[in-house]
Amino acid sequence: MCLAIPGKVESITGDDPMSRMGRINFGGVVKEACLAYVPEVKVGDYVIVHVGFALSKVDEDEAQKVFEYLKRMEELDELKEDGWDERPHEPSGGSSVASPHQKLP
Amino acid sequence: MKYLDEYRDGELAQQLAREIHRITTKPWNIMEVCGGQTHAIVKFGIDELLPRQINLIHGPGCPVCVTPLEMIDKALEIAARPGVIFTSFGDMLRVPGSTTDLLSVKAQGGDVRIVYSPLDAVKLAEQNRTREVVFFGVGFETTAPATAMAVFQAAQKGLKNFSMLISHVLVPPAIEALMSSPNCRVQAFLAAGHVCAIMGYEEYPPLAAKYRVPIVVTGFEPLDILQGILMCVQQLESGRAEVENQYTRAVRKEGNQPAQQILGEVFRVVPRKWRGVGEIPASGLGLSAAYAAYDAEKKFGLVDRHVDEPADCLSGQVLQGRIKPHECPAFGKRCTPEHPLGATMVSSEGACAAYHRYRRQPTEAII
Ligand code: SF4
Repeated sequence: MCLAIPGKVESITGDDPMSRMGRINFGGVVKEACLAYVPEVKVGDYVIVHVGFALSKVDEDEAQKVFEYLKRMEELDELKEDGWDERPHEPSGGSSVASPHQKLP
Repeated sequence: MKYLDEYRDGELAQQLAREIHRITTKPWNIMEVCGGQTHAIVKFGIDELLPRQINLIHGPGCPVCVTPLEMIDKALEIAARPGVIFTSFGDMLRVPGSTTDLLSVKAQGGDVRIVYSPLDAVKLAEQNRTREVVFFGVGFETTAPATAMAVFQAAQKGLKNFSMLISHVLVPPAIEALMSSPNCRVQAFLAAGHVCAIMGYEEYPPLAAKYRVPIVVTGFEPLDILQGILMCVQQLESGRAEVENQYTRAVRKEGNQPAQQILGEVFRVVPRKWRGVGEIPASGLGLSAAYAAYDAEKKFGLVDRHVDEPADCLSGQVLQGRIKPHECPAFGKRCTPEHPLGATMVSSEGACAAYHRYRRQPTEAII
């Protein structure tokens, strides 16, 4: 029940900060959400929505950090002369490991 | 979907998992506090990507699961009264009370309605002035600002026929209760990202210091969870016990100030019973004196009702990480999602239900 997912603010109605509402697009599904807790949010921003309330604005720069981290890690690996020799053991049920580039469902 | 799919990239997940394998030299017990994370871990098979030394303990972070039996019984009693429209999030409808559940009350003619947002319940109260509209307010700090706003708006609109049955719970006191129990095995925590989106994480450094546990604020997608685990293991392996934030795209240190302000006005901190765990001091939210008129327990005369937990469900031990769900003798036999004995089998975020759904056959559709 704590599910909270990111969506894009498409439009905003109301001026009263305590009852400002937005229409939020979640990959095609549009729902209303209360924007009272994200006064800084503008049309086009991404917000994390839970039970009809935007909890926080997604920080676009911070959102890239994990990918930057992984990229740096990969570059470091390539620098290592003898490459990757401490391969982890396969997780149990090896068939469950998807091929590279495969997205999770 | 943007900010969702890219955090489910299988190859990048493998890269993080490899790094965890590389740095792990000892066994470590890490608890994910939040049921949303438990669900993702079991669904995506994240635990199966980890070195065998890393044991994930599924914590008490499912509000549906920890709502005490007596609250469910109070909900059932209110919902069965004539003239009442009882509103709730869908997850609560099948949670078993002492004798029945909300869905059965509805089948027997009770006006029980599922709402998406607590504000929908306020709207119902406006549209049905001759009926009593009650909302079942459960959830952690993530959900509390939504219920607080519903009470706030009901008060602003002068609605006399709206009230709330409140069973809000708070995460840091639960962490404290777990850590202070003598047989606690948890050595690091993934703190629930969306709770921290509201509350920030300034409450955690004293806990990290007192119990020498790393606490990493973590998001909910596979890459978030793996990075959170990696950050925990880095700390554990180097002997650090600090508070770090993995979920920086949504969580700021000070949290959401406007939400905290409304929480402070509408609610006050109260002791709260947790299903299977018992009462934890200062671990819940109830209505503040100024909003006491919206308290359904008072309105319907149920304040002094107390009910003991049944003995045959081991969810208390599951919620405290002492056993895994399939170690409960009733699991999958007398207790299934269709006929749950305990709340951890009801909600999809409950550890028992997640294991039942994803772990009865070999894990499918994994990273
Ligand atoms: S399997 Fe059922 S009876 Fe056993 S702990 Fe889980 S909810 Fe309770």
